[in-house]
Amino acid sequence: MVELALPRNSKLVEGKKWPKPSGNGKIRDFKIYRWNPDDDKNPSLDLYYIDTEDCGPMVLDALMKIKGDIDTSLTFRRSCREGVCGSCAMNIGGVNRLACTTSIEEVKGCINIYPLPHQKVIKDLVPDLKNFFDQHKSIEPWLQTKNDEPKEEWLQSKEDREQLDGLYECIMCACCSTSCPSYWWNSDKYLGPAALLQAYRWIIDSRDDERNERLDKLEDPFKLYRCHTIMNCAKACPKGLNPAKAIASIKKMMVERSVA
Amino acid sequence: MNNPLSPHLSIYKFRINMMMSIAHRITGSAMYFGMILVLILLLTLSLGESFYNLFLIFLSTWIGNIILVGVTWALFHHMLGGIRHIIWDNVRGFDLSTIDFLASATLIGGILLTFVFWLSYLIV
Repeated sequence: MVELALPRNSKLVEGKKWPKPSGNGKIRDFKIYRWNPDDDKNPSLDLYYIDTEDCGPMVLDALMKIKGDIDTSLTFRRSCREGVCGSCAMNIGGVNRLACTTSIEEVKGCINIYPLPHQKVIKDLVPDLKNFFDQHKSIEPWLQTKNDEPKEEWLQSKEDREQLDGLYECIMCACCSTSCPSYWWNSDKYLGPAALLQAYRWIIDSRDDERNERLDKLEDPFKLYRCHTIMNCAKACPKGLNPAKAIASIKKMMVERSVA
Repeated sequence: MNNPLSPHLSIYKFRINMMMSIAHRITGSAMYFGMILVLILLLTLSLGESFYNLFLIFLSTWIGNIILVGVTWALFHHMLGGIRHIIWDNVRGFDLSTIDFLASATLIGGILLTFVFWLSYLIV
């Protein structure tokens, strides 16, 4: 449901101002969303100062610097630090992206960092992505066949394999789904760009025999058709994929099979 | 546990693709009210010349002018937005650069068509 304003317990209050470093390098301001489940306070924006000459080039480097040297209580997810795992997805400078592949330099002015939008916050920059992964599971992201298992691998032509390019690379970071206003209002019923991109990845896999059944399951006013081509997903994807296009492809298949 | 909801609309960067999506909805709703204008026109026509003239006088006031220009702009903007959606329905125009081009074209095209429409009305 469309609710433009945040609930009362989610409204931001003034946060803590952390001391400035004494170095001579260029100082950048970082305003970071904080919420601690262990006290009864509302979320706040804490202001940290980072000497960019005493810090790595990426936003994730700055977060690690803060956690290591300034405030050990700052909580965020991270792992690979090279855009492969999708853990450090967050809203940086108003756009969803990975902290590890976003350079500090490319964000102008004060660098505002929030958890992925319209999600239940577990702590600081860590959102609860249970619903997101449940939706991925619901599209049954695995090969389903009616034939007997081949002796070796399931073969497909080079052309058929190319159909999966731009789809299989998804790292499930949730940047796209949580950038989508339609997903904000209806994440309980609308599957969202990430799950639908994966749904399409299996629908067009030449080795899969459940294409029609997969389409049947998506034929629903909410699951698929809540996509209104706002295009925030395509702009947010840190891997350069295009969920909006995959969703349009599914919609087109729906029409084609109904008139065939 | 009373977990908060992370901020969304208030913090997400408003870019032209998102703005044109919202504009498409607003112009769509605006035309719904524009239809009421057409109904009033038909109603005054059926009531006779004096009522019709009264309505024309209302339309010639500055409020009437704003409403007329607003409704025609909504129509042109929504029409171009609709064409954009037909292109997307055919799984074309999804490159990031094309997305922004189509959004700007909708915005500028809608204003331009409204301008040309009223200019030709004033000339003719």
